[in-house]
Amino acid sequence: MNETSALIILVAAILTNNILLTNFLGMCSFIACSGQIGTAVGLGTAVTFVMTTTTMLNYVIYHCVLIPLGLCHLTFIVFIVVIAAFVQFVEMFVERFSPKLYFALGIFLPLITVNCAILGASLFMIIRKYNFLQSVGFGLGAGLGWALAIILMAGLRQKMRYSNVPEPFRGVSIAMIVTCVLAMAFMGFAGMVAIQ
Amino acid sequence: MTAKMADSQKPNCMSCGGFCQGKGLLTLKDGAWTNNPLAIQVLGICSALAVTNRLENSLVMGAALIFVCIGSNLFVSLLRKHTPHRIRMIAEVAIIATFVILFDQFLKAFYWDMSKQLGPYVGLIITNCIVMGRAEAFALQNRPVLSMVDGLANGMGYAAVLAIIGFFRELLGTGRVFGHVVLSSNWYTPNQIMILAPGAFFALGIVIAVFNILKGPDAEENK
Repeated sequence: MNETSALIILVAAILTNNILLTNFLGMCSFIACSGQIGTAVGLGTAVTFVMTTTTMLNYVIYHCVLIPLGLCHLTFIVFIVVIAAFVQFVEMFVERFSPKLYFALGIFLPLITVNCAILGASLFMIIRKYNFLQSVGFGLGAGLGWALAIILMAGLRQKMRYSNVPEPFRGVSIAMIVTCVLAMAFMGFAGMVAIQ
Repeated sequence: MTAKMADSQKPNCMSCGGFCQGKGLLTLKDGAWTNNPLAIQVLGICSALAVTNRLENSLVMGAALIFVCIGSNLFVSLLRKHTPHRIRMIAEVAIIATFVILFDQFLKAFYWDMSKQLGPYVGLIITNCIVMGRAEAFALQNRPVLSMVDGLANGMGYAAVLAIIGFFRELLGTGRVFGHVVLSSNWYTPNQIMILAPGAFFALGIVIAVFNILKGPDAEENK
């Protein structure tokens, strides 16, 4: 069990160990939904919320159910079912209270289920042996970090529409290269705080 | 140089177009080349970026995806008439997760070091959009054998791109291939950034651009 404070983990998960830019998780929706700042903010919020909550849920389930029963080999399947059920719940909630956001997010709301960042956060939590508070910090930080990255990217891509990108690089290709530059910029934070 | 490559590829593709009469072969070609899940549809890039810092890891990951894709496609297809439409997503995820667990346990039992290196990314195959996408888009509508071929094709397309990226990242980042020194350190300074995160994004960006060039302008319109 490492003793890093939850707050440090939170900051580190946003800046130095950004789940998207250093662990490459959640790339699919990152590329597909980073066209508009509005959509990016919506999706970022949804992911932050789902990630924090599912990390907590999964922590409790892992330590109170799976370990006592010796069912650790079922970790993946249990985690993904918890996430899928929870996303379904959020989907119903968003559909009811913000139909506009619901249509803007379209297919990507159900796809949060298969957003690797969500499952990834839960798996990292197990691998790095966080305690409950640290897990909450990590889940929240990773979600915020992901939201930050996608919002930055949406801003960059909106500007990029006015630039003359060589034909073959248009679309996803240039997005990847811009992400590369973004990741390099985030590497500048590396010395600040460190987790694992 | 890339323009030259495009010219040499095109006739190949044409002759292949005449050759691929059977539906199975067509499916194979579609998955592995025309609609390459990674380079054309840009699905499942998370793992593609994360494990490609070494060629060896890339190959294992490619093998994992081929296995999971074939297995999940087969079972989704077998059960397609018995799965209620509303809960099909959960059913698909459960099938996929089962195969991922199988592979994960296999790695843990026989290749512990590799399992350690890949870390959470084996588990993350569950959330790989390619597997899910093929189950949803192909296996739900097609017969089991054809679905298996489709799984194989997409898995191979994915593995191939992974191997390309892994090869170049390891080569440029450390000057080695499979851990053997290829570019001697006497005249080549390893470019560390290639094995770090930004290098992964950069390499994939270039690969996608090269695929766009090879496929010609019509690839753009499909986007």
